[in-house]
Amino acid sequence: MSNNTIRVLVAKPGLDGHDRGAKVIAQALRDAGMEVIYTGLRQTPEQIVEAALQEDVKVVALSSLSGAHLHLFPPVVEGLRQRGAADILVVGGGVIPDEDIPELKQAGIKDVFGPGTTTAKVIEFIRDNVK
Amino acid sequence: MYDQSFLEKFRETKAQFDSKLDAQNQKRPERQAEFSTDAGMSIKTVYTPDNNSGLNYDKDLGLPGSYPFTRGVQPNMYRGRYWTMRQYAGFGSAEETNNRFHYLLEQGQTGLSVAFDLPTQIGYDSDQSISRGEVGKVGVAIDSLKDMETLLAGLPMDKVSTSMTINAPAAVLLAMYVTVAEKQGVTPDKLNGTIQNDILKEYVARGTYIFPPGPSMRLITDIFKYCAKNIPSWNTISISGYHIREAGSTAVQEVAFTLADGIAYVKAAIDAGLDVDEFAPRLSFFFNAHLNFFEEVAKFRAARRLWARIMKERFGAKNPKSLMLRFHTQTAGCTLTAQQPDVNIMRVAYQALSAVLGGTQSLHTNSRDEALALPSEHSVLIALRTQQVVGYEIGVADTVDPLGGSFFVENLTNEIEAGAAKYIEKIDEMGGAPQAIEYMQKEIHSSAYRYQQDIESGKKAVIGVNQFLMEEPKPEGLLRVDPTVGERQSASLAKVKAQRDNNKVQALLGDLRKAAGTDENLMPFIIAAVKEYATLGEICGVLREEFGEYKQQIVF
Repeated sequence: MSNNTIRVLVAKPGLDGHDRGAKVIAQALRDAGMEVIYTGLRQTPEQIVEAALQEDVKVVALSSLSGAHLHLFPPVVEGLRQRGAADILVVGGGVIPDEDIPELKQAGIKDVFGPGTTTAKVIEFIRDNVK
Repeated sequence: MYDQSFLEKFRETKAQFDSKLDAQNQKRPERQAEFSTDAGMSIKTVYTPDNNSGLNYDKDLGLPGSYPFTRGVQPNMYRGRYWTMRQYAGFGSAEETNNRFHYLLEQGQTGLSVAFDLPTQIGYDSDQSISRGEVGKVGVAIDSLKDMETLLAGLPMDKVSTSMTINAPAAVLLAMYVTVAEKQGVTPDKLNGTIQNDILKEYVARGTYIFPPGPSMRLITDIFKYCAKNIPSWNTISISGYHIREAGSTAVQEVAFTLADGIAYVKAAIDAGLDVDEFAPRLSFFFNAHLNFFEEVAKFRAARRLWARIMKERFGAKNPKSLMLRFHTQTAGCTLTAQQPDVNIMRVAYQALSAVLGGTQSLHTNSRDEALALPSEHSVLIALRTQQVVGYEIGVADTVDPLGGSFFVENLTNEIEAGAAKYIEKIDEMGGAPQAIEYMQKEIHSSAYRYQQDIESGKKAVIGVNQFLMEEPKPEGLLRVDPTVGERQSASLAKVKAQRDNNKVQALLGDLRKAAGTDENLMPFIIAAVKEYATLGEICGVLREEFGEYKQQIVF
């Protein structure tokens, strides 16, 4: 991947205003040599899909701490699929109960990173899984 | 504070100590090459009178209840009455939250604190498509007066003070609160409580803004004016550093940005024609209690002193109540770990202790499971009991400002005040807090990033995350919000809309729309609409159309 910079969209779906984690991840990915676009707050899944396609990213990293992840994450994967971009890697993070993770993975979220995850782990995961 | 001859003699003794210390450090080096607080202030091996030689007792400390209020806002503090034990609570429907409130009061909590869900905080009704998945999740869903009636059912509104974490639509929720009280036979002059109503920190750190700064500030000053006349004991704003700190700021930035926001509100109210002593006594504050214990105690003391000086020197306030920084504290949610969650109980206890030693007026202690979910009833009970132990068992509430005069704490208090004052000067140069939103965001983000790097490098220990790890079973007994709450809420809203006088509602919303374009106080128009069961979403919808919406600049 070394001659091919990874482009990542860090996105905040829904009404949640907690963006400390999203911004820390965004900066860490940027410091790791990736190109990062951050959507800002209050994005609908449709807006995120649109931004991912416009920006031609390889990865979409979704962050939610408001408990609405089951409503907000799967439509992003579905939207990308419908627009012929199923190869984009979608990951999630935030306050997400363990019991919800299987459902999210089933829906195509490749992995979910909870509180206490290091940025190094996220960077490594993206490098290993981006197509 | 010390006479010159004493200090000269002392310096000789100290020089001898320093050579002894060097020898000791040669033999057994200190644990770290450098020690510093979380805000990066360097910490010496020991603090002595020489570190406080410039301190002037009368000018810098004084007595509790007197200017500059460094030692506390009341002469007797907790010897008179404990701080208000106030747990922030709310989830699901108004009925479920009302049950939690009754439970907390039965367990000895002394004030209420309402958490609203995100649609409510951003001015949407539960049946709007944008609310999908968010209804009742991080707080209670309130659509109309009907929900507020349920939320407050059976609670003694003339006796209990209620804090509402509501900002952009604060006027609407306050209108609902006053209306329910009236229906219960409690007149507005008997009401005690707080609305957060602090839009600047929403732009900077918390994210539940609706309108642009201009109309937002107008709504805030409308509330100041309305309350000064009609709800005299209400805290009209809670100028909040809590979320600034949660977003990653340091203690110094927390004080600086909060007081800079406070300055902007005071200016706006004076510009709107209010006399400073008319509204300033009802300003209140809200801070975070983080992990670095002495830094936190010093932070509260420094904030009090700096605000008193600002109000006196910059704004010429004369009423002592205008000079007092009264504050609520919440322990730091961002320090809680998902790993070994019971360890969070200890973190919360020390944080609570720092708030009490810092002279807080009210306190929320976080629950151990908050990195995982909204707190369960059992976790909330432990959290409440934690602050009861601090108050009732360990004797720290028996004298005022027990750390006052500590060489270390006084030194830190000075440094925090000086650091915050420097930031405020910079923000002043930029034209004030409303012009410095992106600047503050950048500063907070760099601190947050540094904090994360320090955890990952191991420089900052977090038990369970980078130190003392262990295998553990999956946590059990977490609270799960009923997933049908959104549908139930939409159904009951439809019923409200079918039963009210819709012509009247439309007429009142029309009146509000007209008033929004003038400089009339909007509170009476909002109260009139609320009384006829106009919904939060309808009222905010009208104002959205008139005022427009805030567009966030992306900063990281």
